[in-house]
Amino acid sequence: MKTAAEAPTRIRSRWSAYVTTTRYIVLFALVCLFLIPVYVLLVTAMKDPAQVSPSRMWQLPDSFSLDTFGAVWPVLEPGFRNSVLMAVPASIISSLLGAANGFVLAKWRFPGADIVFPLILFGMFIPYQAILIPMRELLTDWNLVGGLSGLILVHIIYGLPITTLIFRSYFVTISDELIDSAQVDGAGMIRTLAFVALPIALPAFAVSMIWQFTSAWNDFLFGLVLTSTNSWPVTVALNNIAGGQVVPFHEAMASALLASIPTLLVYVLMGRFFMRGLMAGALKG
Amino acid sequence: MHRIRKWGPAALLVAPSLLAIGVFVYGFLGWNLRVSLSDWRGLRANYDYAGLDNYRRLAEDSRFTDGVQNVVVFTLVFVAGTLVAGFLLALLLERGIRGEAFFRTVFLFPMAISFIATAIIWRWLLSNATGAQETGLNKLFDSVGLGFLANDWFKSDSNWAVASVAIAAGWALVGYIMALFLAGMRGVSDDLREAARVDGASEAKAFWFVVRPMLLPVVMSAIVILAHISLKTFDLIYAMDAKSRKIETPALYMWFTTFEGLNFSIGAAIATLLVVGIALVIVPYIWYSVRSERRS
Repeated sequence: MKTAAEAPTRIRSRWSAYVTTTRYIVLFALVCLFLIPVYVLLVTAMKDPAQVSPSRMWQLPDSFSLDTFGAVWPVLEPGFRNSVLMAVPASIISSLLGAANGFVLAKWRFPGADIVFPLILFGMFIPYQAILIPMRELLTDWNLVGGLSGLILVHIIYGLPITTLIFRSYFVTISDELIDSAQVDGAGMIRTLAFVALPIALPAFAVSMIWQFTSAWNDFLFGLVLTSTNSWPVTVALNNIAGGQVVPFHEAMASALLASIPTLLVYVLMGRFFMRGLMAGALKG
Repeated sequence: MHRIRKWGPAALLVAPSLLAIGVFVYGFLGWNLRVSLSDWRGLRANYDYAGLDNYRRLAEDSRFTDGVQNVVVFTLVFVAGTLVAGFLLALLLERGIRGEAFFRTVFLFPMAISFIATAIIWRWLLSNATGAQETGLNKLFDSVGLGFLANDWFKSDSNWAVASVAIAAGWALVGYIMALFLAGMRGVSDDLREAARVDGASEAKAFWFVVRPMLLPVVMSAIVILAHISLKTFDLIYAMDAKSRKIETPALYMWFTTFEGLNFSIGAAIATLLVVGIALVIVPYIWYSVRSERRS
């Protein structure tokens, strides 16, 4: 009896050891395949410019050199600076407004809240092509085209749906009693938000800020429509440097790498929060 | 009175955001619709009512209909490919793999970089240059004896040129889909699986009969997200090869006809059609998500 019961488990465990090994092998192969673009990017950007040619794309550099970065940085730097000046305030303000909205929608279910919330959410899925013409018209009237302030404004506004969603999902999980007890102590709605809700919502802040920073940094379309040469964000600058086949190929790669560093840093350092933002973006808690 | 005092500050807090979204989302959508029904060509705004002329013109415009065909091909390849690849990755990572965090980090990192950077790398990888200029994947295939795989990629003359853009898009999004599937698989409690196993089901059977049915909502989310991205994607295709009609989708045609051709009313009509296409996918999805959340 006993041996009969043991035998299948042993078979299964040996079987599962094979499965696990195969799984690792497949995973490592996939990682290598997946990182091919990264290999090309790094190898090319770090080659001595004299050695670079498209036909040698796959070869490791004979000597390590950062000259290419030095060559493209002065061209990319203004765009880089513009993107910092744009993405930082846009993500802070959008997150603060999102916190207020999320708090109200989670804790003060005003009449009509069930209709307002989906209407806000729809804003994050619209194709931006459908608002470009009116946006350009209105912001031209307001004198906000050509500089950074118009770009900051639209990133704040079109960020609101996702920041609201992130904070609402977070505040829904906070117990009502905490809020109620603040009320009993005589704190009004705004003080409850500022002194009770916001301090415990730091994780939601991290998620929201990271999401907003990443999407503002990586945006191209708004930058293309709303800025002029001096206020180009880094993506538009990058496309102008590295677009077209006439650009030396190593300079294109080095520029792409430099322009991606801030968001990659955020991703590596705060991956957990980045991930939660992605999940929120799929409308799933 | 009490109620009003309670709603007052709340309303005040959300009012600026609601106003902004009201104007910048719904007001603008309406405004755009109005432009699409107008005769606006050239720099000066012109709202003279032209009925459905612009839409009729688009139906006969081969650049637009070719674009629609491209976006259909792009969507099919991109959605199906990314969905299957993302599911397989999740399946590989799903049960106790050591170093799971490492694998997840690798497969997700393209989500952190811009479509512009993605396009710049892939434009070189998918180059169709030949002879001494040969580079990218074609060069790699050649040097490992797989030369027959060499391809014209997005420069190809076939209707499938746009499918090679889907390779780059899939590379960028597959980690996201993997993460969605992983979250879905983990959401199925181990107790439930254990119960199935105790009842004599094998690991595979437990997966098939317990986990799989619960993944349907994830599949729906993934399809909706991918499909709406493929309809509106602009930067990836623009940075890949802005001038190629072979990979141009309506999302790009809208931009060119509006801001380069100054055909504002035609551009607005394309944009309106994009909204309709996306709303058909997204509105039921939002409705379903909000309702199922309320029920739970």
